[in-house]
Amino acid sequence: MLIYWANDVYRLGWGDKTVLKFFPDSFYKALNIPFRLAEGMSLHFVFMWLFAINGLLYVLFLIFSGEWKLIVPNKRSLKESWQVILHDLHIRKDPPPHKKYNAAQRIAYTAVIFMGLGSLLTGIAIFKPVQFHTLCAMLGGYEWARIEHFTLTILFTLFFLVHIMQVALAGWNNFRGMVAGFEVEPPPAP
Amino acid sequence: MSDFKEEIVSTKEIRKRTIRSFLVFFLLIALAVFGWKWLNRQPSDNGVPKPLRTVLDANENIFTNYIFSNYNLSKAFAPAEVVPRTRVNGDLGVPDNFDTAAWKLQLIRGVGDTQLITLNEIKALPKTEVIFDFKCIEGWSQVTRWEGVKFSDFVKKYNLDQQAALKYVGLHTPDNKYYVGIDTKSIMQPQTILCYEMNGKPLPMNQGAPLRLIIPVKYGIKHLKRIGTIFFSDQRPPDYWFEQGYDYYAGL
Repeated sequence: MLIYWANDVYRLGWGDKTVLKFFPDSFYKALNIPFRLAEGMSLHFVFMWLFAINGLLYVLFLIFSGEWKLIVPNKRSLKESWQVILHDLHIRKDPPPHKKYNAAQRIAYTAVIFMGLGSLLTGIAIFKPVQFHTLCAMLGGYEWARIEHFTLTILFTLFFLVHIMQVALAGWNNFRGMVAGFEVEPPPAP
Repeated sequence: MSDFKEEIVSTKEIRKRTIRSFLVFFLLIALAVFGWKWLNRQPSDNGVPKPLRTVLDANENIFTNYIFSNYNLSKAFAPAEVVPRTRVNGDLGVPDNFDTAAWKLQLIRGVGDTQLITLNEIKALPKTEVIFDFKCIEGWSQVTRWEGVKFSDFVKKYNLDQQAALKYVGLHTPDNKYYVGIDTKSIMQPQTILCYEMNGKPLPMNQGAPLRLIIPVKYGIKHLKRIGTIFFSDQRPPDYWFEQGYDYYAGL
């Protein structure tokens, strides 16, 4: 894989053979990307701090509030997540019982924390491959670290798309829960 | 479920809390939107909005002062790993009709003190080979092989210790069309060479004959081809791609 957007060969392939081109020209044009590498890089090297600090604060919050217990998958999660998927696809009628997050959410939200860590480490390896040569070598070298960083970015994008779709499908009470921190249950029948 | 704090509240109370939360929510969104607009309205500092430039410079400070070390070397490669065709990625300041025989390096030692150095004088210094993964800021990289004189050896030989105590080194092509500024710490790193050979043969014209810079701790934009002038300064020397919005440091 060669990652080189400035030459527009973001692709999967070998030699002169291209199996998949990630981004068509129209994608770049729509986002007004060409010839703005310097600007893009400067944004990258500023917002990397926000993402890193934000991620760190979130993990610290999970640890000290004890909320990690609600997110880290338990031994039932793998089996149950399948039930959640079946329920989401309207194949199974009722979702398996859960606390704050269901089994699929536990797996996804824990995975995304590790993805964040992965992006941070691969990012450092690409940013300063000479100063952090040990880290860079551990990740398989400069080229591999770049592939890993790029792959994680694609996974984040997919996570985001699924996440937004699920929020839209879950409805108002769930969305209010996300913003306000409480969920409303109807009063029990008298 | 028992893990949650449960309360029985009135519909009115639910409404109140919902509105309050969403006000904060929308306020934060508005803040992000206006923050972005504010950022793009800021005056430009060499091609990027000033706040971004401030952070890039802060990053440079962190890396030069706390992370950079001469003991961190760019990964070495075996000659067999060198690519067969070394990429040529720019011709600014490197015209084909240049008279390399008449070339002399202008070393500016201080105000009104310029020394002219011939290629043979440089070749008389110990020869160093560097095989490393040349990294372009645009994203490609390739393993390439270069031979020349360590910049630190050059500084020693020409008694430039005093000059090398300044923060930056500036390099220009003979026609001054391309120019770079490099922090002295990076250029004194033992893998930086004043290079006169590529793959064991004299440097080709399009690779900056007769003498170019190879500096593995920097992106390709700092590897100036065809050095005309070298000078030292405590202020940042002009840098071609810095003026186009790139990070001044561009270090690896």
